[in-house]
Amino acid sequence: MGTALDVRVKRAGKVYRDGEVLSGVVVITSKDTVQHQGISLTMEGSVNLQLSAKNVGVFEAFCNTAKPIQIISSTIEMVKPGKLPSGKTEIPFEFPLQMKGNKVLYETYHGVFVNIQYTLRCDMRRSLLAKDLTKTCEFIVHSLSQKGKLLPSPVDFTITPETLQNVKERASLPRFLIRGHLNSTNCVITQPLTGELVVESAEAAVKSIELQLVRVETCGCAEGYARDATEIQNIQIADGDVCRGLPIPIHMVFPRLFTCPTLETTNFKVEFEVNIVVLLHDDHLITENFPLKLCRM
Amino acid sequence: SYFLRHARSRNYVSESEVCKLESVPLDFGDYHPLKPITVTESKTKKMNRKGSTSSTSSSSSSSVMDPLSSVLDGTDPLSLFAAAADPVTAAPPTDGARRKRDKDESSAVGSDFEPWSSKRGEILARYTTTEKLSINLYMGSEKGKATTTGSAVSEKVRTRLEELDDLEEGSQKELLNLTQQDYMNRIEELNQSLKDAWSSDQKVKALKIVIQCSKLLSDTTVIQFYPSKFVLITDILDTFGKLVYERILSMCMDNRVSLPDNFSPESVNDTAKETCLNWFFKIASIRELIPRFYVEAAILKCNKFLSKTGISECLPRLTAMIRGIGDPLVAVYARAYLCRVGMEVAPQLKESLNKNFFDFLLTFKQIHGDTVQNQLVVQCVEIPLYLTLYSPAIDWILQCIAYHAPDVLLTEMMERCKKLGNNALLLNSVMSAFRAEFIAARSMDFIGMIKECDESGFPKHLLFRSLGLNLALADPPENDRLQILNEAWKVITKLKNPQDYINCAEVWVEYTCRHFTKREVNTVLADVIKHMTPDRAFEDAYPQLQSIIQKVITYIYDFALLFSVEKFLPFLDMFQKESVRVEVCKCIMESFIKHQQESTKDPVILNALLHICKTMHDSVNALTLDDEKRMLAALINGFIKMVSFGRDFEQQLSFYVEARSMFCNLEPVLVQLIHSVNQLAMETRRVMKGNHSRKTAAFVRACVAFCFITIPSLSSIFTRLNLYLHSGQVALANQCLSQADAFFKAAVSLVPEVPKMISVDGKMRPSDAFLLEFLCNFFSTLLVVPDHPEQGVLFLVRGLLNVIQDYTWEDNSDDKVRIYTHVLHLLSAMTQEAFIYHVDKVDSNDTLYGGDSKFLAEINKLSETVVSQILDHLKTLGKEETLKRQSQLALYFFNTILAHGDLRNNRLNQLSVNLWNLAQKHGFADTKTMVKTLEYIKRRSKQPEMSHFTDLALRLPLQSRT
Repeated sequence: MGTALDVRVKRAGKVYRDGEVLSGVVVITSKDTVQHQGISLTMEGSVNLQLSAKNVGVFEAFCNTAKPIQIISSTIEMVKPGKLPSGKTEIPFEFPLQMKGNKVLYETYHGVFVNIQYTLRCDMRRSLLAKDLTKTCEFIVHSLSQKGKLLPSPVDFTITPETLQNVKERASLPRFLIRGHLNSTNCVITQPLTGELVVESAEAAVKSIELQLVRVETCGCAEGYARDATEIQNIQIADGDVCRGLPIPIHMVFPRLFTCPTLETTNFKVEFEVNIVVLLHDDHLITENFPLKLCRM
Repeated sequence: SYFLRHARSRNYVSESEVCKLESVPLDFGDYHPLKPITVTESKTKKMNRKGSTSSTSSSSSSSVMDPLSSVLDGTDPLSLFAAAADPVTAAPPTDGARRKRDKDESSAVGSDFEPWSSKRGEILARYTTTEKLSINLYMGSEKGKATTTGSAVSEKVRTRLEELDDLEEGSQKELLNLTQQDYMNRIEELNQSLKDAWSSDQKVKALKIVIQCSKLLSDTTVIQFYPSKFVLITDILDTFGKLVYERILSMCMDNRVSLPDNFSPESVNDTAKETCLNWFFKIASIRELIPRFYVEAAILKCNKFLSKTGISECLPRLTAMIRGIGDPLVAVYARAYLCRVGMEVAPQLKESLNKNFFDFLLTFKQIHGDTVQNQLVVQCVEIPLYLTLYSPAIDWILQCIAYHAPDVLLTEMMERCKKLGNNALLLNSVMSAFRAEFIAARSMDFIGMIKECDESGFPKHLLFRSLGLNLALADPPENDRLQILNEAWKVITKLKNPQDYINCAEVWVEYTCRHFTKREVNTVLADVIKHMTPDRAFEDAYPQLQSIIQKVITYIYDFALLFSVEKFLPFLDMFQKESVRVEVCKCIMESFIKHQQESTKDPVILNALLHICKTMHDSVNALTLDDEKRMLAALINGFIKMVSFGRDFEQQLSFYVEARSMFCNLEPVLVQLIHSVNQLAMETRRVMKGNHSRKTAAFVRACVAFCFITIPSLSSIFTRLNLYLHSGQVALANQCLSQADAFFKAAVSLVPEVPKMISVDGKMRPSDAFLLEFLCNFFSTLLVVPDHPEQGVLFLVRGLLNVIQDYTWEDNSDDKVRIYTHVLHLLSAMTQEAFIYHVDKVDSNDTLYGGDSKFLAEINKLSETVVSQILDHLKTLGKEETLKRQSQLALYFFNTILAHGDLRNNRLNQLSVNLWNLAQKHGFADTKTMVKTLEYIKRRSKQPEMSHFTDLALRLPLQSRT
């Protein structure tokens, strides 16, 4: 198995933005000379939507998966059919990431029902005797900084048995008072979510306090739409019966790839929320929900 | 008849004039054989030398050093070897290696900062448990098992990795019922697995192991083991932090040039930055708080790759993060770890250290909260014990804060602690962490605080102990000193539990000795005795009691003063276990020998020390090791040498007599006593200028008698022989002729008992060399010993010769003949008109016989016998295999005749010529020696009255070897 194909983009982080030039090299290594029918490189970006079985029939779910929305696509012929010398051959390439008209380059996002992905695929066609070689490489797109200033939108919250909804027997609840604030629900995606939380009092011992980051994905089409909320990550900020009256920091880093600036298009939406979950020792679970708006500055 | 009648007559005085060496001023220069040898290492050469274990080349130098220590200072061969072997074995980090590493890293802090590594062992030793422990590992399922263990991975590593694989795939493994040792082994295994995983490029797995390990720190079951667990697991975290840092650093290598130590983030390339960022993102997504905290803290240093301000931003955030840890004990250890990492990575960032402490103070009330209390009830742990679990962490945090901190800050810290109800736990940590000078200067304040402080379970005696430790290191203000002691002792003396009491008292004894007189020391000792005697409490406190004694003798080394401390000896009586008792006695004696400058006759000292020495002596039994005996004997001898009653010789002798009865089981002491008594006799002679009065003569005879009856009790035969000879010489010098005779007779009759082999330093050696040496010495003495009027002429010499004759010599040795030639020397000396030396005031045979012809004839007869013996022996050496010996002996005998015989006598002359030829006959003679001998004869012939040597030289042919 003599020949190896590799696609390398120039930047270590593989991150590019709208308007920039995606550059790199295709590397072919082989002990012998390589006979080929041409080498081409394809850049593609697409949104994959998947309807969850919960909202539509199984058959539909199957059908709908195969309908990606293309964002960007271009192919270049790198080398005409011929021979490559033995050893290592590097062929540089450049793709301008330029969108036509009003279209925008969505940010890379790996979700459950929505996936936005960008790839580079290199194909080496070969004669009948040898298999064609293919190599794909994902690169990451960050959307452009949003214009205008991000207005901080701090939120104060107080959680007591009275503020809770969905309680069956309010009387059986232990007394507690939890106060706190989020510094802003408008978040820059590269900056952590911050805030503070104080357990002012709690009859029952606190077992754990967690931040649950949730994605809300909405896929819509002519037939209607499906909205699903799923957990991205759960970060514990307090473990055990914390000191009363002492502010505990709320701090969460937004994970890369799994989060993107809040996105709303005609076909789909990607939104984020955070839940503050307080778990008491008698297994009472208290949740407070905050919608977030993520953006990239 | 042809030898002695013709012994060369000598004029010793003129000969000595001629032969005296010209005195030459010695040039000491650089080189002296006895100067210490310093070993200079030549490392590079050594490493290259193939095969051989490296040896060090030595060269002498003039620097004055202990040869042993200087060898150790340089790289000695063993450590060199170890250094060379180190990378090969790549053993798990030993304590030493770890310590070294820590030292390197904390170099940014300075050597006056007590590093974590020194605390480590202490904590592990102190916080132990007999309860069963458990490890709960949950390795999250890992997709795409990355175990392509190539052949490069050793078998051992592979099996280990496989073991770990068992843990994987989402399985949860709980190891229950582990003993403490099992637990420690398991942790060490995890540490090794981490390294293995890392080196086999399974970084994700490495991270998982680290996460699982740090998770163990949130588990507080078996809480008394928690501090030790913290130590073990943070070792793993340190390893991990180091691995990650070094990996990223290696990515920054540019053309094999690594970054300088103080690199800036701009010089880090993108790939390295991306990798580093990846680690931080991965860690930020760890679900649980405690592992997330610990792992991020472990790689805190990696922030240097990303930004200049990274660490200074991270530290406050991590500090705040700890607030989320509910369990106060877990939290305080997390703080300790953060401070530890902080001090290592960025010691200049003091703010976070302080913040950590203040945060701790804020959560302090939790300790007495319900959650903690319930936990303690479940685990059956008492509050005082629980509180001591905090000490290592708080001590460490405070130590970090106090390091090079201005007094203002320390004062502020103190105030803050005070505000918190003067908590005992805090106070204790403040005292153990802050500078001793700081504490000592405020001793009275501290005593006040200790008295007022809210005990809340933390034992107060520990507070006084901590204060005492500070005062042992630094001095409080002069005026407060007595009051401090009074206040402290007032509390200490009230302690009921003997262990608590003694731990405290031990520390305060040093303070007392340092600043006060024997009166106070006495009071303190009396108090200790009072507390430790009931119920034989001292039995459990020997180490502390021993340390008290040590402190007392460190400060009071004037022994007159020491023994005037009335309670000192009663204190010693508390050491009732013999081994400890002897140890203590040894310490005291060592101190005495070290510090006592002048000899003493103080009855108090003598009595006390005799008592102590007796204790040491009485501990000797059949099972005592030789080394131990030697050591005890050396100590006792050291004491005996320091005893002097001045001119009161009688008293001195009776002291020696008493000592003999006391120390009869230690031979070296008896030997010392004999020497001392002999010295005493000679001292008496010196004082009397050789003329003994009736009284002194009697005294000297008593001394001699002492020796005479002591020597037989010794077991070593050569010690006995030499002491007989030596004592005989002393007796002779003191004109005790019959006594001297007795000594010599005893020696003569002892010679047949000399065994063929004797034990020297535990090895069996042939005794002949020792015997030869002794006999030569003996003969030299016998020259001046006058004949006993009732015994025959040369009674002793004859006796000795008979003994030699009958002694069973080694079959193939010429020792007997060599001795006979020595006897010829003696006999020729005896024929001289005036002997070569005399003993003052003793008439030797030259005076007694005055050259009487009968006497000379007697000597003549003797020598004739001896010569014929020699010749007979020479004949027996005629066999093929003994020809070489024959040649040597012949030459030896020839030289004797040359030196002592009168060669003008024809027969003697002929004999010497025959010997000369015999020596050369079979070609075994060394030509060089023969040439030199001949040259000597020729040279001698030029001297007056030596002309006959010319003829002799002509008759001595030189045989060239064919």
